[in-house]
Amino acid sequence: MIHFVLLISRQGKVRLTKWYTPYPQKQRSKIIKEISTLVLTRGPKLCNFVDWQGYRVVYKRYASLYFCMCIDPADNELETLQIIHHYVEILDRYFGNVCELDLIFNFHKAYFILDEILIAGELQESNKKSVLRLVTTQDALVEAAKEEAGSLRNIIAQATK
Amino acid sequence: MALSGMRGLSVFISDIRNCHNKEQERLRVDKELGNIRTRFKNEKGLSPYEKKKYVWKMLYIYMLGYDVDFGHMETVSLISAPKYPEKQVGYIVTSCLLNENNDFLRMVINTVRNDIIGRNETFQCLALTMVGNIGGKEFSESLAPDVQKLLISSSCRPVVRKKAALCLLRLYRKNPDVVNIDGWADRMAQLLDERDLGVLTSVMSLFVSLVSNNAEAYWNCLPKCVRILERLARNQDIPQEYTYYGIPSPWLQVKTMRALQYFPTIEDPNARRALFEVLQRILMGTDVVKNVNKNNASHAVLFEALALVMHLDAEKEMMSQCVALLGKFIAVREPNIRYLGLENMTRMLLVTDVQDIIKRHQAQIITSLKDPDISIRRRALDLLYGMCDVTNAKEIVEELLQYLNTAEFAMREELSLKAAILAEKFAPELLWYVDVILQLIDKAGDFVSDDIWYRVVQFVTNNEDLQSYAAAKAREYLDKPALHETMVKVSAYLLGEYGHLLARRPGCSPKELFAIINDKLPTVSTSTVAILLSTYAKILMHTQPPDVGLQQQILTIFKKYESYIDVEIQQRAVEYFELSRKGPALADVLAEMPKFPERESALLKKAEDAEIDTAEQSAIKLRSQQQTSSALVVADHPPANGSAPPANHLTLVKMPSQTVSDTQESGVIYEEAPKPPVEAPKENGTPVEVESRDTNITEINNEIKAEPPSTSHSTSPADLLADLLGPLAIEGPPAVEQNPAQGLNANQSPVDDLALATLEDQSNSVQPTVNVEEKFHILCTKDSGVLYEDPHIQIGLKAEWRAHHGRLILFLGNKNTSALTSVRALILPPGHLKMELSSVPDTIPPRAQVQVPLEVANLRASRDVAVLDFSYTFGTLVDAKLRLPVVLNKFLQPITLTPEEFFPQWKALTVHSLKVQEVVKGVKPMPLSEMANLFMSLHLAVAPGLDNNPNNLVACTTFFSEATRAMLCLIRVETDPQDRTQLRLTVASGDQYLTFELKEFVKEHLIGIPRTQAAPPRAPVQPQLPAAAPATYNDPGAMLAGLL
Repeated sequence: MIHFVLLISRQGKVRLTKWYTPYPQKQRSKIIKEISTLVLTRGPKLCNFVDWQGYRVVYKRYASLYFCMCIDPADNELETLQIIHHYVEILDRYFGNVCELDLIFNFHKAYFILDEILIAGELQESNKKSVLRLVTTQDALVEAAKEEAGSLRNIIAQATK
Repeated sequence: MALSGMRGLSVFISDIRNCHNKEQERLRVDKELGNIRTRFKNEKGLSPYEKKKYVWKMLYIYMLGYDVDFGHMETVSLISAPKYPEKQVGYIVTSCLLNENNDFLRMVINTVRNDIIGRNETFQCLALTMVGNIGGKEFSESLAPDVQKLLISSSCRPVVRKKAALCLLRLYRKNPDVVNIDGWADRMAQLLDERDLGVLTSVMSLFVSLVSNNAEAYWNCLPKCVRILERLARNQDIPQEYTYYGIPSPWLQVKTMRALQYFPTIEDPNARRALFEVLQRILMGTDVVKNVNKNNASHAVLFEALALVMHLDAEKEMMSQCVALLGKFIAVREPNIRYLGLENMTRMLLVTDVQDIIKRHQAQIITSLKDPDISIRRRALDLLYGMCDVTNAKEIVEELLQYLNTAEFAMREELSLKAAILAEKFAPELLWYVDVILQLIDKAGDFVSDDIWYRVVQFVTNNEDLQSYAAAKAREYLDKPALHETMVKVSAYLLGEYGHLLARRPGCSPKELFAIINDKLPTVSTSTVAILLSTYAKILMHTQPPDVGLQQQILTIFKKYESYIDVEIQQRAVEYFELSRKGPALADVLAEMPKFPERESALLKKAEDAEIDTAEQSAIKLRSQQQTSSALVVADHPPANGSAPPANHLTLVKMPSQTVSDTQESGVIYEEAPKPPVEAPKENGTPVEVESRDTNITEINNEIKAEPPSTSHSTSPADLLADLLGPLAIEGPPAVEQNPAQGLNANQSPVDDLALATLEDQSNSVQPTVNVEEKFHILCTKDSGVLYEDPHIQIGLKAEWRAHHGRLILFLGNKNTSALTSVRALILPPGHLKMELSSVPDTIPPRAQVQVPLEVANLRASRDVAVLDFSYTFGTLVDAKLRLPVVLNKFLQPITLTPEEFFPQWKALTVHSLKVQEVVKGVKPMPLSEMANLFMSLHLAVAPGLDNNPNNLVACTTFFSEATRAMLCLIRVETDPQDRTQLRLTVASGDQYLTFELKEFVKEHLIGIPRTQAAPPRAPVQPQLPAAAPATYNDPGAMLAGLL
């Protein structure tokens, strides 16, 4: 299973963290620090796997962002690597040519999408269309609620005029 | 893309991004946090939209690394919001910020449950996702049935069902009891017929987890998995959206093959044939293509297929095909494939018959040791370490040594340890071994643990052929300009002992040896100074005829160190000074170090420990805790103490033989294997024969204080004791007093000065080195640990329980360097247990561990205990009868009942024999909380709040046996706060036999269990029993008699 997912920028800024194994808060910070130093210092053209404390970290760099997932040593590394790519492809389609800025200002969307791809540290859906459909439905629900609230506010505003 | 309307949030993020330094950022964040705090405090004016916005801000701040604990409560409360946008935020942020153990989560269990069983599909999805990501044990207990319903419901849409599958997987991981095996095998088979590939992917993950815990229960699913794999591999009827770079869901393929690896074998010839066809197609049909992602996906499948082929024990032809593929992979340019090629080749080493084919790739693997990528170098090192044997040790170890020059610091320690272990294990000749270790110390002194150099000293001491060679080598190293201190230590030691053997060589006269060693004196640390002083004393002794100039020089040094700040050094200096004026007597006192007794290598042990699985690790931990304690006991009461614990039996036996060997001159015939696995001398300055008995004892005490825990951790109790007592043995024969016959015996045959020989004399009285009684009791409440250990063997145990079935694995580990033969194990099961022990090999090879599974089925309730009659031959026959911890509480599963569930049950059980009450006297007084813990450890779930009286305790559990199936048991304890030694115990269940047995069982534990003191085991109070039930005896022998 995937124990955690980290998105770290080249400067070491954290863009997303998701923990499927319960770690206390202190340990979470420690892990982020360790993984950052481990992954960011690796040169190009090396393999996408690093040993870390008896686990494996599978990572891939996309432009200025490193996507990291930590798995058990017995797990299939390439499978995990392709989960990362699957996630990135969906982000790309959702945002339309995604860049780091999208993920900074819309970090909550990155969480929504991840939740549609992984649960319990396992792959939930490999169909990109289906994931995108669900995420846009959610967006629509939020929009609808806002309009409703808006119109309600209008009614109240008019009534109290 | 616009942020959907939350302007405040984007402004905040921009502000943060505009901060020039950390300090500015902190100020901005603090300001925001202050704002959020005040807004949260004054909740009235807070609209749901604003609350949502603040919670998002908090998540962002949390990602920046700040503490936002104060907002957890608000976040969690959003889960209960009626509208989707707020609820969504509540669920998602909660699952990011909180841990499964957070108390706030408990408050929302009901809301979450309502969302799960409610009609709103979007709410269902949110709730399932959160529980799937952070659900803990409590969620597991209260939500599992509802989640299961959703998964198998035909009216739910796939989007809900796939989430339900993974949510159930999480709950199952937290508490395996939530999935009831009997019913689930059939349901699982149906679920595997699922047409929606999204649902099937999730279901397959769940299945992998279920089958990994209990493959037998899911045999019916095996053909389905094969069919799914066939369908995917042949791309039959796979929707376009589920192909990834043209490959039909690589993830599902991988998971399916993973599931198949948990079935021990595949016997059905049709399924097997079909499967091999698919595997063959994958193995042969995967090409390297340009597109990286396609390549990765197809190779993910390929590597999983390789793993499955290895597992299925395919014909040799297919295996060699796999090795050939891997051989190709380790040479390709793509680093991921190279990495995985090496990794899988290491796994392949476990398959018999292919090692030779793997060896053909040795050159390529060695090249990978020089790869620019440390990840790949690590895999190459693992593989080389795994494939090393006598035939290629020389080449591999020399490569490792060479690599040591350039290896990064992160790897040096591992590398030098591995090189040392391989050199010791597979040395074709001992001279080479000495060379390797000296090179190792020279190249990576900082990373060479003391164990390594102690070991080479032992080898040299125990093998006369090596002595002059090693001394000459040491002399050569001393010529080097910059020398690591460890090298100074080992060289000085060797030259002190054996320098005189070189006397006729150029540059090796005592004077020259002294001069070159003395050059190092000003720069070394205290522990090395101690060794150097001993070396000087030895040089002095060997200088015949005496050289006045040299003597003067050395005496000046001794004199100088007489007032040295370190007491140890001071003492040595004083004693050596006095001794050196005694003339010929010096030669007697400073005679050559005696041979070391046969002991397990601390190094090899370290290597083994590292390889042992997690279940065994707890056993090791247990053992190491015990070691420290017994070591200290012995140090406080030197061995003359007749009541020494059994743990040092081995050491005591060895002592007389050491005493004898000490009086021998060198040149004793040493009938020993060329590689005696001996333990290292642990004392600071090695040759301590000169010291008096009293000082030795203080010295030992000092050492114990100085000994870092890590060292003691890596040695077994016997090792540690022997190390500490080693020098003592030379002085006094306290053990002889303790065991006069033994001492006499050894004195009569001084040639048999080997520990080995003495050991054999003694083997008929081989005693366990652990308290077997205590181990049994520990295992009664734990599922893994050591059951028995003596100087030759360790028996570990790991157990898994499912309802009324149990699966135990006995780990029989041979601790010796020679095989244990005529190994026999026989189970004497009591009437209520059905037990089946797999066959035990007749011989356990040196240092090997054998696993023997034992299947158990519980027929009915009883407190009788099964006995393992175990014997082996090592010199003579050793026989041990051990109680197996297959006790009543292993078949109990705690269950939590609500008052509405509990009271009807309690009231319904009115029949006298089903509900039994007894006033128990002589109870060990304990607070109620301690009693609750005791109950917990016995798998009785204490239910607080069921009984209004705070002095009472109510517990529920489910008992499993073939006769009763799952049966609810209820227990109530009424204590008297005035008199804690008595209480009233009421036990109720649907079976009278069970009620009685459980009552007695609980009673026994309330009266007899306190086992904190390791005092001689007390027999538990024997209750009156109905005619048929034999009593539980503490002594296995008596127990046996009772059975027969």
